[in-house]
Amino acid sequence: MRRTTINGLAFVGGFVIMSLELLGGRVLAPYFGSSIYVWGSIITVFMLSLAVGYLLGGFVSVHNPSIKRLSLLFLLGAILTYPLVIYGEPLMRLVFDRIEDPRYGSLVAAAALFVLPTLVLGMISPYCVRLMVTEPNYSGHVAGTLYFVSTLGSALGTLATSFYLVLWFEINTILILLSGCLVGVAGIGYLSGRHE
Amino acid sequence: MKFGFALLVSTMLAVPIPVDARVIHSETSLYQNILVTQDGTLRCMQFTIRKDHRNQSCVDSTDSQRLVFAYTRMMLAALLLDPSPTRILIVGLGGGTLPTTLAQLYPDAHIDVIELDPAVVKVARAYFDFAPSANMRVFEQDARVWVKRAAAAPTRYDLIMLDAFNGEYIPEHLMTREYLLETRELLVDGGVLASNTFAISQLYHNESVTYAEVFGIYYNLRSSDSANRVIIARRGSLLDPDTLARAAIPLTISLAPYGVPIESYPAQFATKPDWDTNARVLTDQYSPANLLKGRH
Repeated sequence: MRRTTINGLAFVGGFVIMSLELLGGRVLAPYFGSSIYVWGSIITVFMLSLAVGYLLGGFVSVHNPSIKRLSLLFLLGAILTYPLVIYGEPLMRLVFDRIEDPRYGSLVAAAALFVLPTLVLGMISPYCVRLMVTEPNYSGHVAGTLYFVSTLGSALGTLATSFYLVLWFEINTILILLSGCLVGVAGIGYLSGRHE
Repeated sequence: MKFGFALLVSTMLAVPIPVDARVIHSETSLYQNILVTQDGTLRCMQFTIRKDHRNQSCVDSTDSQRLVFAYTRMMLAALLLDPSPTRILIVGLGGGTLPTTLAQLYPDAHIDVIELDPAVVKVARAYFDFAPSANMRVFEQDARVWVKRAAAAPTRYDLIMLDAFNGEYIPEHLMTREYLLETRELLVDGGVLASNTFAISQLYHNESVTYAEVFGIYYNLRSSDSANRVIIARRGSLLDPDTLARAAIPLTISLAPYGVPIESYPAQFATKPDWDTNARVLTDQYSPANLLKGRH
């Protein structure tokens, strides 16, 4: 049960990361276009943020790891995702007015908008591994299953967003849904870990 | 497998590529495939192998002024609302037909052209005799970014032509209410906008209501033989039929070499919506144009 919960949390984390990344392209397009370098900026920012997130996630998992604390990462992710709805536009305007070259403009804007939420969401995976590994022999097995589940979440997040969500909802609505989703699973995680 | 092959062959047979159309140049740019084909005296720039009129720009070597496609001719109907524009903005170069025609018609006009794909500019120069005149500037940039920057500069235009959708993929950030508002800002009072847009699929409805929200009533120009529709809008109210008819008289002569039946357009200008007025407006928040294009 505990294992299923943690895998479920990792799945949602993966889903939100890729949904956010795809929306990033739509968010930046009105200011920087949708050329290959805009996608280059977004992917670079996401990869770097995830890289640092993995490092930090592993670091904080060393002391007193618990599902409750893991839930706080989700809550933090939600708190950092939601402001995109309000501050996204003025931040992009600020960058647009100061940087002429759309390559560096899109890179700076993508960083300003997405570094914080993606970094926190990147912390989830290594933290989950720490929570599930009980024996060194099975550490690879645990990590493998976790990568499987969270990458599956990422695949579904990509597909759902690009095929359906953008057809049904406004971008801000999807961002709010993603934040809500993170708050929801944070609650589930917190409740399931309350006895630990 | 055998069935698959038969299906493939029958699909290929259904595609109307004339046997004598030769591909004389092809290149893959950052954004699209560019094909130059020669079919008798007709040279075309295509972006897909399918001979889809929407995706083409053609020049007839025996009559290089003749505008081959109905939608290019329909775009010039905008001149009825302003027969002597002095500043013109064209979004989307293609083979350069519109800029070249307008530069010939108005040699003193200042013309700015925006084209995203540098490869299209190169091919237009090499295969379609596109040569920017002294008072024509070509910007190789994303139109949305360009328009946003231009709003901060003082330059305004009498005539803006939007013809940016050549390839299979529609740039969705060039379909939205916000983009049209930014473009409208670049028009002088009474300035005219002509836009080559989609006449079929669900997108027709969404696009129609989006233009209506930004420009109010506009002239909707459709032809029976093409998947295109041209929207002609004005910053300010539309003109009365008499003014349009008067404007057509001198234009009939100047546009004759291009084969533009300008005098026939006022009667075809429709202002009554023939679209679903409850369709969703396309915005920066909601613009799944490529998904809507596939819906009927």
